[in-house]
Amino acid sequence: MLDFGWMADHLDDLLYRTIQHIWLAGIAVGIGFVISFALAVLAVRRRATYGPILAVSDILYTIPSLALFAALVSVTGITLLTVEIPLVMYTLVIFVRNIATGFDSVPADVLEAANGLGYTGRQRLWRVEVPLAVPLIVAGLRLAVVSTLGLVTVTSILGDSFGGLGFFILQGYSRSFPTELYFGAVPSIVLAVAFDVLLSRVQRRATPWARPLMGTTV
Amino acid sequence: MLDKTITWLTDPTHWAGPNGIPVRLFEHIAISSVSLLIALAIALPIGLYIGHTGRRTAFAVNSANLWRALPSLAVIAIVLPITSSIDPEFGFKVYPTVVAMVVLAVPPILVNAYAGLAGVDRDILEAARGQGMSERQVLSRAELPLAVPVIATGIRSAAIQVVATATLGAVFGFGGLGRYLVNGISQNDTGQIMGGVVLVALLVIVTELLIVLIQRLATPRGLLLATTASAAQSPG
Repeated sequence: MLDFGWMADHLDDLLYRTIQHIWLAGIAVGIGFVISFALAVLAVRRRATYGPILAVSDILYTIPSLALFAALVSVTGITLLTVEIPLVMYTLVIFVRNIATGFDSVPADVLEAANGLGYTGRQRLWRVEVPLAVPLIVAGLRLAVVSTLGLVTVTSILGDSFGGLGFFILQGYSRSFPTELYFGAVPSIVLAVAFDVLLSRVQRRATPWARPLMGTTV
Repeated sequence: MLDKTITWLTDPTHWAGPNGIPVRLFEHIAISSVSLLIALAIALPIGLYIGHTGRRTAFAVNSANLWRALPSLAVIAIVLPITSSIDPEFGFKVYPTVVAMVVLAVPPILVNAYAGLAGVDRDILEAARGQGMSERQVLSRAELPLAVPVIATGIRSAAIQVVATATLGAVFGFGGLGRYLVNGISQNDTGQIMGGVVLVALLVIVTELLIVLIQRLATPRGLLLATTASAAQSPG
């Protein structure tokens, strides 16, 4: 059923698409992280914004990715923006919630001790709150990376210049050529699982005191 | 863009025939419900078992989290050639999307069923045993009712993800509301795309409301009272 000769001939394409896949996901996770960090700091500092910020990011998450990509085509055309805006939006939900919860989990007396030591607001954020929030931030990073890697495959509907490994999935499907279908589908799964395992190691390092089981509810 | 959307949605020809909105809506609801029911049948017993007994928790929760990493589009693609070689009709149109949606829905249901039971205060279970309840009664009369909110949250999140993600089936052989998105992109038809977006969004909202309602009905009155007590104290 599988044409191994074809596969061997297209290994350089596989490499190119894998790099594109990681690149498209990486941009989104990077930008999403920076925006979320700012939003999370805002939400924790100005309590009144906490509820609305989380509510808006939750609503964004219920918009189907296919719908968002499709809707944006009529606004931004078939460009990198159309790929990245939805990907960034989906990372916001995961990051904002995790980072804000991370800041929230810092005990009040620790904050008071920092104030008592004469830390300014900025010093307290970087030296006390951020380090203590690291475990939840890393947990958010893992979820965001893995879900973005999955969504990148969907960007293949926007044409040949995007899609990462999803390119092969769509090509293989439209040409009724299972070999190419699997050439995209299997590596994209392997990639997502590999990053999941890798980041779960990082997560364990960041929380040596925690049992690996906790913190998994949605 | 708004007027194109409204024009598309109100055009009577879009409400009739095999590609009409009622048919696509029905397909979408049908595949989402079937997938969710299968996922419930798989995930609830496992989640409740490991939550109640505390056995094999690490294995079950870790593998559920690994499932979560699987991209739905790739899952549909992998299942497609296999099932369509077995059954050219349903194996092409329906089964791949169902499998991917089950894969998507199992982790949140399983993990929350486990976490719901594991989060119930052990003292309450001891009290239930002390009253002479059997293990089965402890589970059904004390543990389960108290875990309903957490379990329901898992089901809600699974249902919403399934309704939203089932649109991906239209990239392949399945219809559903995703068909308008895929056709709209390939035909460069903004009205059709936005019409599809509105329909999917509405369906997601209705699903969410429906599950919140079921959750309300399934939650023991005592737990509901505990959460609404402050509101009930208003004067009058």
